[in-house]
Amino acid sequence: MNKLTRFVADYVGYVLKGSPKFYAWMGLLSLLILGMLYGFYLQNTEGLIVTGMTSQIHEGLYFANLVFLVGVAAGAVTIVFPAYVYHHEGMHKVSVLGEMLAITAVIMVMMFVFAHMGRPDRLWHMIPPWGIYSLSSMLGWDVLVLTGYLILNIICGFYYLWCKYTGTPVNKSWFIPLVFVAIVWALSIHTVTAFLISTMPARPMWHHSMMPIRFIATAFAAGPALIILIFLIIRKNTRFWIDDSAIQLLATIVTWCLGIAIFLTLSEVVVELYARTEHANGLYYLMFGLHGLTRLVPWFWSAVFLMVGSFVLFLIPAVRSNMKLLPIACVMAFAGIWIEKGMGLIVPGFIPTPIGEVTEYHPTLLEWVMTLGIWAFGFFILTILLKGAIGILNGDIKLANSQAGAAASLSGSSETPANA
Amino acid sequence: MKPNDIPESESAPAQPQPCRSSCTCHPTAAEPSPPSRSRRNVLAAGGMLGMSSLMGAAALMTQSDDPKANVTWAETFQKNYRLMTPEEKAEAAARLAARYSAEYRTDVTVSTKEAQPGVLMGYALNIRKCIGCRRCVHACVEENNQSRGERPGEKIEWIQVLRMERGEFSKERMDQGYPEGLGIQVGGNAYTPAGQVLEGQYHYDPKAVPEKDATYMPIACMQCEKPPCVKVCPVRTTYREGDGVVVIDYNWCIGCRMCMGACPYWARRINVAKPTLPKEDMNPVTHYLGNRPRMRGVVEKCHWCLQRSRDGRYPACVEVCPVGARKFGNLLDPESEVSLILARKNVFRLKADLNTFPKFFYFYD
Repeated sequence: MNKLTRFVADYVGYVLKGSPKFYAWMGLLSLLILGMLYGFYLQNTEGLIVTGMTSQIHEGLYFANLVFLVGVAAGAVTIVFPAYVYHHEGMHKVSVLGEMLAITAVIMVMMFVFAHMGRPDRLWHMIPPWGIYSLSSMLGWDVLVLTGYLILNIICGFYYLWCKYTGTPVNKSWFIPLVFVAIVWALSIHTVTAFLISTMPARPMWHHSMMPIRFIATAFAAGPALIILIFLIIRKNTRFWIDDSAIQLLATIVTWCLGIAIFLTLSEVVVELYARTEHANGLYYLMFGLHGLTRLVPWFWSAVFLMVGSFVLFLIPAVRSNMKLLPIACVMAFAGIWIEKGMGLIVPGFIPTPIGEVTEYHPTLLEWVMTLGIWAFGFFILTILLKGAIGILNGDIKLANSQAGAAASLSGSSETPANA
Repeated sequence: MKPNDIPESESAPAQPQPCRSSCTCHPTAAEPSPPSRSRRNVLAAGGMLGMSSLMGAAALMTQSDDPKANVTWAETFQKNYRLMTPEEKAEAAARLAARYSAEYRTDVTVSTKEAQPGVLMGYALNIRKCIGCRRCVHACVEENNQSRGERPGEKIEWIQVLRMERGEFSKERMDQGYPEGLGIQVGGNAYTPAGQVLEGQYHYDPKAVPEKDATYMPIACMQCEKPPCVKVCPVRTTYREGDGVVVIDYNWCIGCRMCMGACPYWARRINVAKPTLPKEDMNPVTHYLGNRPRMRGVVEKCHWCLQRSRDGRYPACVEVCPVGARKFGNLLDPESEVSLILARKNVFRLKADLNTFPKFFYFYD
């Protein structure tokens, strides 16, 4: 048996074994994934009519999640960057976990693309040689950079794990340059996603050059906030220890990216509402409602509350260094940005329409089931990837062990740590 | 009245049009193998397309039971229309004609008539004459096989007639200011909508038109010379034809809706479901890039009735307008009505600041 098949066998064998807690978690996610599959079936038989989207507001919950998750994927760079550029010891140990998160987030983005499209069965029309690739389309570029980012992270992440598994040193002559490419690439995915919506003068609410930096600021707040939560869960449920220094550095990054994001939002509010042209109608609808239609107003103000609230919490030393209180601030920041960047940015871009029609959008139950299912799908993948990666980092999965085990033929394998 | 500015059909280059005149030849006969066999063959070939073909299969299984009404594998895997050879275009049109004939009525034709050399279509609308009757809206729906459904998003109209207030100004309101209550008066009396484009209302239900306190401004696809929708399309399914009309290959559209976001005139619609098109209401004279029935999940819009205009006829909205507000013709012909209007009248384009360069002009006399 060659090394690669042994790696795959060991990896799969390790991630499939777990405690009842692990199976319960994966079972719950599977149920939600079933809901997602039903949603895909309905959307591709009945059509998008099962969603709340119309010709007036034709991007909704799916597109909102798509934009947000591109940010989460890019946010993984907040681990990789300090690890490889500043040689942060605590971060270096866990940088591969950031890559696993990036892989997961990009896959989730792709699922939301499928959910968003009217004809996912025709996706091959975008892929040469069967289809046509258009360089003039921002969406084309977005697909290109996202696919590239996925491949880069798979290569970097799994090559590192492979080296740990076999016990061979990492070949720095190509690995380090590739890591730096991946770092720059992470910025590109979110920049292009921002261009996707900000290059449309037809939608004045989005048509400003602040979009890319705002996207990156919110991404580098939401991404590490999620990573802190994941790290704390890992610390609690596995033998793998993540240094406080890594978590504290991430908390600092969250704090100041959140601060910049709030500042940029306030700047937009001042610029738009001072002159209050018709181009400000989208923002006005979001903040106060327009012509008596106010469905998004609670979303906006809850996002403001969550973002400002979590920023204040992060600034308090007693909170950010307390591993019991820190998750609360992280959840608040994550949820606040999910709203601000998703429903709070995508939907009001369509209100009013370019000919002045004010209509409202609200996601149908099916859209929530789909969204929940895709998130569950993401967590399903993430659990597997993180469990495998931690197994290798801990030394539970090792080529030497595997060979020794094969030699001894039948023996009780070392107990595997439960990992939710 | 006959339009003198579009070349007549006999000047059209001879090219294969399998199902043009009342079709006695049955296009299905052209298909080499029975559907079941061809389906199996392509199933093997389609394996390489992975996920996409998987979902395509799911979509295909749920079509109507009538085998002739099914989307064939050949249609599913056909090329982008622009890259097809004339023979492939003819084949694709014949396939569609067969499918539509089975589904709607027996005499459906699908034209593939190309743009005529020396023609650049243009449109001019006299906003002073428009009375807001919306006959154009309804004629357009009937001509172009739009979805007639009742559920939200299922009813599709390509033309909107925006009703705009003339505004109210009165002596009594001289002291009212904006912002009210802050003590700073900023022309409160005139702070009412009057003729502004971005707050137009097209859902209106008058007893009679024209209404005294309103003006009307019809709006539809502007057939821009620099169309933002074309630029953002990731699969180049929407493009500008040689005669200036921006068209969509409905069979190539992936339904990503970027074009809808990019359009500053809200001219595009998404088919959120299979279009509701009763058999008896279906217009059987169709064009591949024009009014042929669309499918679920694709975008559609006005194309200046290609099925008519390329045959030397006026678009349906021009023909039906009771006050003659709508003018259509060849911008390259100095004697065409549109050229004469551009030469002699006060003309403007909508949202000219966006540099889309519409070929749809508004004028008044």
